[in-house]
Amino acid sequence: MAKLYNESLQEPVKPTGPKAETISFLLNFSKALSVTKYKNMTFETLNN
Amino acid sequence: MNIENVQDAVLVKQYINGSEKGLEVLITRHKQRIYSFIFSKVMDRDITEDIFQDTFIKVIRTLKKGKYNEEGKFLPWVMRIAHNLVIDHFRRNKRMPKFQSRNDFDIFDVISDGEESMEYDMITNQMHEDVRKLVEELPADQKEVLTMRIFKEMSFKEIAACTDVSINTALGRMRYALINLRKVIDKHNIVLTR
Repeated sequence: MAKLYNESLQEPVKPTGPKAETISFLLNFSKALSVTKYKNMTFETLNN
Repeated sequence: MNIENVQDAVLVKQYINGSEKGLEVLITRHKQRIYSFIFSKVMDRDITEDIFQDTFIKVIRTLKKGKYNEEGKFLPWVMRIAHNLVIDHFRRNKRMPKFQSRNDFDIFDVISDGEESMEYDMITNQMHEDVRKLVEELPADQKEVLTMRIFKEMSFKEIAACTDVSINTALGRMRYALINLRKVIDKHNIVLTR
């Protein structure tokens, strides 16, 4: 009788959520970014 | 009132007015949903992380520029940005196909840094040395013509003038030089290929 073999399936990768560093980067980016408007022009400045 | 219970629209307004806490709450509130959405499309953690980051960079810049039209739909707006960035990612990948290393395939097997390997260099040097020895064994007149033609890249007219013989003689000496070289190579089974 033929043997039956189970194919080992790859474990599904579960999304774990963004890394803490990414969130921290975004919050720091937001703090550093300042937008200045002059007449009809917009200037972006990153103050690190 | 606890800021965690404040509606998105209010948090957005607070953030636009300068409260960084508003953004922090918005990111914390929606990060899992947005991350999962991106991951479900690209199925790669690193790429998801990059797109997630780019999404919020775009959100931050748009909000700070005052270009956001609040209609009480912050999350769908962010999702749309993420969706567009996912599409951009796939478009970019289509233009630049990505190779992934598998167990039986290594990208470094098919690309090189443009330099020959040490083994290749050694074989080439060995071959050049063998040819030099063979040329040394030729009769002087044949060796002279062959050297001028191959190593000095002189024309047969120039060789004839230099050696004070006719062009036909120079051609003949070259012909015999090559025949003799082939004979020696065959006789001694010398391998001159890589």
